[in-house]
Amino acid sequence: MSRDVAIVGIGYTSFRPLSAEVSYKEIMYEAAVKAYHDAGVNPRRDVDSFVTVAEDFIEGTSIFDEYVPDQVGGLLKPNVTIPGEAIHGLATAYMQIASGIADVVAVEAHSKASNVLTMPHVTAYAMDPVLNRPLAANPVFIAGMEMTRYLWASGATREQCAEVVAKNKRNALYNPAAAYGENIEAEDVLNAEMIAYPLTQNDISAHTDGAIVAVLAAEDVARRLSERPIWIRGVGWCNDASSLETRAWGRAIYAEEAGKMAYRMAGIRNPMQEIDFAEIDDCYSYKELQHLEALGFCLFGEAGFLTQEGVTDVGGILPVNVSGGNLGCGHLLDASGLRAVASVVMQLRGEAGPRQLPEVETGLAFGWRGVPTTSGAAVVLSNEGGES
Amino acid sequence: MSMRKVAVVGAGMTKFVRRAQETGKELSYEASKMALDYCDLSLDQIDCVVHGTAPDSFDGVHMKGEYLADGSGGWRKPYTRCYVGGGTGVFAPIHGWYHVASGLFDLCLVVCEEKMSSCQPHPQGAFLTIFDHTTERPLGPNLLWIFAMEMNRYMHTYGLKKEDIARVSVKNKRNAADHPCSLLGDADITLEDVMNSPVLAWPVQRLDVSPVTDGAVALVLAAEHVARRISDNPVWIEGVGWNLDTSYWTNRDLCYPRYVENAARMAYDMAGITEPRKQIHIAEPYDPFDYKELHHLEGLLLFDRGKAPEATALGITQRDGDLPVCPSGGLLGVGNPIAAAGLMKVAELFWQLRGEAGARQVPGQPKRGVAQAWGDLMQVGTVIVMGV
Repeated sequence: MSRDVAIVGIGYTSFRPLSAEVSYKEIMYEAAVKAYHDAGVNPRRDVDSFVTVAEDFIEGTSIFDEYVPDQVGGLLKPNVTIPGEAIHGLATAYMQIASGIADVVAVEAHSKASNVLTMPHVTAYAMDPVLNRPLAANPVFIAGMEMTRYLWASGATREQCAEVVAKNKRNALYNPAAAYGENIEAEDVLNAEMIAYPLTQNDISAHTDGAIVAVLAAEDVARRLSERPIWIRGVGWCNDASSLETRAWGRAIYAEEAGKMAYRMAGIRNPMQEIDFAEIDDCYSYKELQHLEALGFCLFGEAGFLTQEGVTDVGGILPVNVSGGNLGCGHLLDASGLRAVASVVMQLRGEAGPRQLPEVETGLAFGWRGVPTTSGAAVVLSNEGGES
Repeated sequence: MSMRKVAVVGAGMTKFVRRAQETGKELSYEASKMALDYCDLSLDQIDCVVHGTAPDSFDGVHMKGEYLADGSGGWRKPYTRCYVGGGTGVFAPIHGWYHVASGLFDLCLVVCEEKMSSCQPHPQGAFLTIFDHTTERPLGPNLLWIFAMEMNRYMHTYGLKKEDIARVSVKNKRNAADHPCSLLGDADITLEDVMNSPVLAWPVQRLDVSPVTDGAVALVLAAEHVARRISDNPVWIEGVGWNLDTSYWTNRDLCYPRYVENAARMAYDMAGITEPRKQIHIAEPYDPFDYKELHHLEGLLLFDRGKAPEATALGITQRDGDLPVCPSGGLLGVGNPIAAAGLMKVAELFWQLRGEAGARQVPGQPKRGVAQAWGDLMQVGTVIVMGV
């Protein structure tokens, strides 16, 4: 009954720590123009529906939805804002097309994190106002608590986490859009300033500004528009417990369930064998390991060893975050997942330049909404397929 | 392509009150539990949860969707929040509709919650932050002012008198007297009461405006094969539409909501409605202000432009008239917890079309209804058509 959906256009700005000379509207416009050009569509004529991913408190504007349609070309057309991870937005676009209500949908996500002068204070407002907020826990402190629990439960080490940082920052040197490429060793990560034990300054991805737009199309339209449509084979998303007290610390259940749903749709039984590479949330160094395990690439506690053995390097069996990930590109807040999707699409098209992986067919992107949420979303993409 | 049919099979609603003792999570829980009990389902049978709630600044909770997730049943399940300002309440079931129509899920719980009373001294303070930070916010605008401008424009364009508009408030507050959840139902209210109420921003007077309210509403949506199994009289979602106009509201003629017309045409096309005035038996247009009901009835193509006031004066829109409008009592009577108020309108269609509306029941066994919400900067229309 439901029809296949492909990504036919991607546009993004460079990812930068500061972008004082442009407004959020201008970076959204830049990414949108590039994506529509890439897809060969005129948004006024060809795009049926628009999805934006945004949170009011980050934007500094209530009902941010109001300020979206003009610069993405969505005026007097269906538009909706999803306050979620960008891959939640992608899943929304997917469902709109699969349901038959739209043939072509544009998904936009952006970060203007440099406008937020007091990010930990904003994040504090995401805590339960009665039970958690009075504790005034800094988000990095909460992540540090989870990392401590994860290291204890899984047997992973700080050194293994530091290897993730070194890998991703080195990868980012080959990505012209990345903000934080660096030739760095694990030791440098461990010796950096301690922010909230066990997280040093280098274990934490720094925020960046940037925007990404993806254009999705139904099967028949996708074939007409693109010689290399990238098919969405599976999407999955899940929330674990929203309060700090009732969640499973250490294990990323939201990632386990999101992965299972996406794999079920894509017919994937063994992700390690059937997925060629992955762009996985690495907001903090340990998150890449925790998410790799949750997404079924290895058993709980194994991801650190695989990283040390080079399995997740560019030349390994499962290259992870070849783009540089959040640690290398910079953290785009809720737009991070669409940055990951864009990286997967470029690889599957063979357009990733010096980062290009040989002979890739299927890739995974996974995004997490960050502290204090347990909300994640996954998408399996492939350059093969499209017949149902 | 033929679309997968989706039905509403259950609905639940808390009392709408000025200041709820319950937290937002508790209100969400109460409505969700009632909706599940209505169709004898338990939460573990639900495949996914959709949440709608308006500005985070009401509750002072960042990522409000994440905070409300577990109270709404979004625990270890696919969960997303959708957001189109005041239009959210009717958009949430549309968001739920494509969750099911896409084929990804069979049973979807749709929850809308609003807790406005947390905002002290008055939620108008939160609304200050919806305006453009550069061009409008420095003027300190207020929703009552801008809606007074729109109301003035509407009255001026069609030569209407204040009495022509105030009749809507009388009708809806009287209708709401029959609603067990209503905040401002009043069987004895008269036109003089509205005309003599304090002027807030001419021509808007106190009784032209819906009240600040707390409350929650939930629906259960089911795919056709499930709906037929678990329900004797499912109410089908026949059409959905949504549309967003420019952010630059100062640049357009406020006398007519063209975005509502676009959304209505989208929904009518999907439902196969060619003559809405004959084919629609009940309307629940968004009525946060009395003139908005008239404005929206015209946008929904149910009356000619500028003619809805005359129809109201003739009694056509009374509960026993030719086209009952807001038989629930609407936002003016039942109350206006923003997102929950929109979903209340969809729930009202569910009860009316099943003949379960009790003292509010519209005579003549109505077969099809339309519900609509409106929001952002006088900018978004969301429309749903349901039938039996």
